[in-house]
Amino acid sequence: MRRDIVTSTIAALVFTVLLGLVYPLVITGVSQVAFPGNANGQQIHVNGKLVGSKIIGQSFADPKVKNGKVLEEKGVVVTEPDERYFQTRPSVTEGGAYNAAASTFSNLGPNSRATEEAIAEHIKGYIELEGPYNPGLDAAHVPVDAANSSGSNLDPEISQANARIQAHRVAAVRHLSLAVVGALVSKYTDARGIGFSGEPGVNVLELNLALDRLTGGAR
Amino acid sequence: MTVTGWLTIALFAVLLTALAIPFGSYLANVYSGKRVFLTPIFGGPERFLYKVLRVDPNREQDWKSYAKSLIVFSLAGWLLLYLILRTQDAFFVPHVLNPLGFESAPWNVTFNTASSFMTNTNWQYYSGETTMSYLSQMIGLTVQNWLSAGVGIVVAIALIRGIIGRTGKSLGNFWQDLVRTILYVLAPLSVLAAIVLVSQGVIANFSHYLTVHTVTGLTQTIAMGPVASQEAIKMVGTNGGGFFNTNSAHPFENPTAFTNFFEMLLVLIIPAALVFAYGRMTGNRRQGYAIYATMILMFLGAAAVAYIAEAHGSPAQHAAGLHTHVIAGSSGGNLEGKEQRFGIAGSALFDVVTTVTSCGAVNSAIESFTGIGGAVPFANLSASEVIFGGVGTGLYSILLYVLLAVFIGGLMVGRTPEWLGKKLEAREIKLAGLGILITPLAALLATALATASHAGRESISKAATGPQGFSESFYAYLSQANNNGSAFAGYTGFIQPNAGNVGSHGVTFADLLGGFDMLLARYVPILFALAVAGALAGKRVTPAGLGTMRTDNGTFVVLLIGVIVLVGALTFFPALLLGPVVQGLTSHLY
Repeated sequence: MRRDIVTSTIAALVFTVLLGLVYPLVITGVSQVAFPGNANGQQIHVNGKLVGSKIIGQSFADPKVKNGKVLEEKGVVVTEPDERYFQTRPSVTEGGAYNAAASTFSNLGPNSRATEEAIAEHIKGYIELEGPYNPGLDAAHVPVDAANSSGSNLDPEISQANARIQAHRVAAVRHLSLAVVGALVSKYTDARGIGFSGEPGVNVLELNLALDRLTGGAR
Repeated sequence: MTVTGWLTIALFAVLLTALAIPFGSYLANVYSGKRVFLTPIFGGPERFLYKVLRVDPNREQDWKSYAKSLIVFSLAGWLLLYLILRTQDAFFVPHVLNPLGFESAPWNVTFNTASSFMTNTNWQYYSGETTMSYLSQMIGLTVQNWLSAGVGIVVAIALIRGIIGRTGKSLGNFWQDLVRTILYVLAPLSVLAAIVLVSQGVIANFSHYLTVHTVTGLTQTIAMGPVASQEAIKMVGTNGGGFFNTNSAHPFENPTAFTNFFEMLLVLIIPAALVFAYGRMTGNRRQGYAIYATMILMFLGAAAVAYIAEAHGSPAQHAAGLHTHVIAGSSGGNLEGKEQRFGIAGSALFDVVTTVTSCGAVNSAIESFTGIGGAVPFANLSASEVIFGGVGTGLYSILLYVLLAVFIGGLMVGRTPEWLGKKLEAREIKLAGLGILITPLAALLATALATASHAGRESISKAATGPQGFSESFYAYLSQANNNGSAFAGYTGFIQPNAGNVGSHGVTFADLLGGFDMLLARYVPILFALAVAGALAGKRVTPAGLGTMRTDNGTFVVLLIGVIVLVGALTFFPALLLGPVVQGLTSHLY
């Protein structure tokens, strides 16, 4: 017994140093040298300013202003989608959409009334935004990714079907031809992993930045 | 459903098998004490560790001595982990490894977390990026990711030694097995995996959280951290505790469909390879093949059901007017709580991979799975994680089932059951039976307590109405008792009103009940498995006769599947009917 206690104590400490300090430090150090871009979160800078991470979704919405004041609800800034940009998926993180300091599941059950209500609201918002540019758009034609929140609620991608619908709006608002916008969508579509794994997705941040480069940015 | 979806599942099974066979041979060599290609690199460190730990690797241990070392070592790990987590904010905060100055979580949550990581469960009431300092994640949680995996594997090896033992009562040496597991098995896989993951976009840094001015002028804060090192051992050791709250759904933990596929392989490679190692070590590879066949058949069945159910979509989606079939440019299906890049198949398969094992990582919200899709992880857990199972735990658990199957088969043909030349007697059967039943008992008892008491119902999320509330509670204790760690994540044991843990408090009932559940269902079966090993070790081997029931052919695979399904169904059916089955059979909304 005594021998086990001595060995266990030493082992706990030795392994803490080896596996808790040496191992993470070595991996992080090697990563910083070999893959600095990835290791630091694929940051995207525009004019020297950090505008986001390539693989973390963000909200492309503007704060709602009324009588010169930014509207707030329960301490959270009320926003509305910016029509010039492709919109990311619905996100329900705390303190507003796409809070990447507190990722969370939405945990909406398959048979819950709350789930139906949330989905119905997302559908309504989507049709309000895209309907004017896509005559005849109804709930049955809304792609699921546009009405369902993602796992992390930080999904950087949307489906190609979703992008195709939004392209009509973005092209009209930016006075671009649908073909030009469509070409950009294709350019920023990530293919399936190793040819078969997962689904293709359109990276919304990269796509929107490319649009801004083409027609001038937000500000 | 799509062709690529089915292709993903099929190719995964093929690739896994192709990798596990040679890796199994390697494992058999490592644990038989043979030279392997890594011996020139790790031989020195191995001997050095023995010296530092003051152990004689050649000292043989019987099952009681082996168990004692294991328990004392685990206890030391628990105490150290508890201490580290509770003193997170004690020194010089904020510092470079606690850049946001997070306070420690309260004692009850920490009790749950420490028990969780030591038992390879990695159930998380806390959320990583708002609770844990980088230092806690490294020297606390990452370390137990390694050690709990190591402990699981050595128990399986000890049991194999008991089964094949020809002389005496020795099961080997705990410390030698542990050191070898860390150096020759976990370390090479984890280092390789971590580097591959970073090359694909998993982050690895000690930066302060990023402040971003988004394209439309909003402010976004992005959590950072040394993720890759923890992510690798999280998968390789079937731990499953995420660095971030949303685990492998978070783009920094699982950035692409490729990493998704890769992470699934990491989870299953050791559990699958151990089965082949078992075959080799018994001297009859077909013994391993039979168990592997049992596992992969049940695995593929689970994956198919989950994929079909999730591709169909949920009642809530249909009620809201969504169409969930495949259209050009969208895979359709129940995408609630799922990431676009993984799609339906990549999410359903990941869910099956991590719930047949004790991994419990998630790349999508299981709570949002359809009734039947959600019943799959329930069923996987109800089978006590013998379909591959956790590293080591899966093998020693299914070997107990094999023992039971041999016994039942023996009864059916009316002969004294024998297994690999050893007669099975009352003592082994009793021990195996108890070892099998303790986990369901812990799970069901805790669920009953939690759903029947006011204190237990406090943990159910507000949105979980109707059967969803029962499913949430049941899953919580089923997952913790099976040392899995995945969750219907609405269930809570930790209230964090503010960032940085200011004013946070735990739900004592849920924290303690879950914590004891994990400890009980981890260590009691381990003791029974080691006791079985001890009982078998000393037995004489008699050559197989004409009447011996074979344990390496198709008939036995069918019998074994039957026993696993029967035990699972008999213990869990009533409870399953109340939750996921109700939800799967109705399109009614609650």
